[in-house]
Amino acid sequence: MAGLLKKIFLADLFQGLWVTFRNQDPKLIYTERYPEERPKVAERYRGAPRLNINPDNGETLCIACNLCALACPETLIVVTSERNEETKRKELTTFTYDTSRCMFCGLCEDACPVDALELTQDFEMATYTREGQIWDRQTLEEGPRPTQYKC
Amino acid sequence: MADTTFLDSTELVLNMGPQHPSTHGVLRVILKLDGEKVLGTECIIGYLHRGVEKIAENRTYAQFNPYVDRMDYVAAISNGLGYCLAVEKLLNVEVPARAQAIRVILTELNRIASHLLWLGTHALDIGAITPVFYCLREREEALKIFEKYCGARLTTHAFRIGGLLYETYDGFEQEIIDFCKMFVPHVDEYEELLTNNRIWVGRLKDVGILSGDECKEFGVTGPVLRAAGVKWDLRKAQPYSGYEKYDFEIPTRTNGDTYDRYIVRMEEMRQSVRIMEQAVAAIPEGPIMGKVGKVIKPPVGEAYVSIEAPKGELGYYAVSDGSTQPYRVRVRPPSFVNLQALDRMIRGGLVADVVAVIGTLDIVLGEIDR
Repeated sequence: MAGLLKKIFLADLFQGLWVTFRNQDPKLIYTERYPEERPKVAERYRGAPRLNINPDNGETLCIACNLCALACPETLIVVTSERNEETKRKELTTFTYDTSRCMFCGLCEDACPVDALELTQDFEMATYTREGQIWDRQTLEEGPRPTQYKC
Repeated sequence: MADTTFLDSTELVLNMGPQHPSTHGVLRVILKLDGEKVLGTECIIGYLHRGVEKIAENRTYAQFNPYVDRMDYVAAISNGLGYCLAVEKLLNVEVPARAQAIRVILTELNRIASHLLWLGTHALDIGAITPVFYCLREREEALKIFEKYCGARLTTHAFRIGGLLYETYDGFEQEIIDFCKMFVPHVDEYEELLTNNRIWVGRLKDVGILSGDECKEFGVTGPVLRAAGVKWDLRKAQPYSGYEKYDFEIPTRTNGDTYDRYIVRMEEMRQSVRIMEQAVAAIPEGPIMGKVGKVIKPPVGEAYVSIEAPKGELGYYAVSDGSTQPYRVRVRPPSFVNLQALDRMIRGGLVADVVAVIGTLDIVLGEIDR
């Protein structure tokens, strides 16, 4: 009898509607208004790569050991270096990082012995060209520059 | 014979997918229909084939680790665990107790995230739009914990061979406890929305029945098997990563229809919370990385490890020839094996049930095609 009454008075549907009604509180709105409201990414977030420089003298921290290039599963890092004849030390000449093939696994970051290569919290890496995805040493050190358009 | 045209025929061959929104990816199903009745189906897969197993042969053991996340991308952490356990078995390395406990917590959290996505999309397929919003809301909390722990939300690369790379962040334990507390009432909320709903029950009861014997015949595992009354869970049957320490139950049902599989998965989420609560209360102190060298070079041999992924038994078979690269890695994905039962489940049903049955199998095409 109770089951029949429940069926007639649509008890199951009202039970579900009550759940949706409970969740109507404006405090429970979860939408992020993305470009205006910046999402807070975690501290360990693996985003755009960066090649750190020594803040005191502007010299790169990279010792051109090539370990990141060897660790990368996609072999998208190319490091070139030349030996300085005076100090007998390897010096970094170019560093390219193809972000279009990168899967942000963080293995290069783990491999780096001097914390020069780092995956940062930047996540906006869109470009208008395919070539723009390949970052050279300058882009890696200074961060990508948005193209300026005249309006 | 010359008088008959195609209009006289009662059989109709219909192509469903690969772009159909309810086939959960790029699955193509060729349906043979008589009116609304399904006479037979044929699944065409391979639209997402990336050759992951072949890639493994050209990568070192550590380099292949991020690729396994991309197979079952809604349960990336489970995939990572399976692969790491297989290579650890090859290397004969013991993982420290602390790393094992953290692995269990994250894997169970991933199980909840995977089941939530399944529930949301399955309900969406059936026509209930509301649950998906609530499911994704709670899933977001789980993904936030992943992001804080390892820096990525979906393709996490959380575990390393031999243990963990990342130590837990400050407040990790508290966040897990808060999640467990917050989550259980929300499961009741989903049940309130769906379990007694007459449309939900009408669409799912006695649809896509697969008996326990048929499941065993096909090799179907996971919640599909447990809904058919077979009490088989690898976490209990062959405990790995310290699962034997935790007290939990294997939810089973008897009918083996779509509704039972829904009930089983809902109960599994509650059990996952139970495991997480026990694990987080007793995370041992100590190191998080086992004794693994910088260059991973296992001795010649082979190892097969299977774990209970959210979708069923996930197996990794790795063969080493003594070099730094695996000779062969074979994956036994649960979705691939479960999908072959589709024909048996649908045959004789209606077209509308095809969507319900594909949804209930909880397939991920990234894992099927690999």
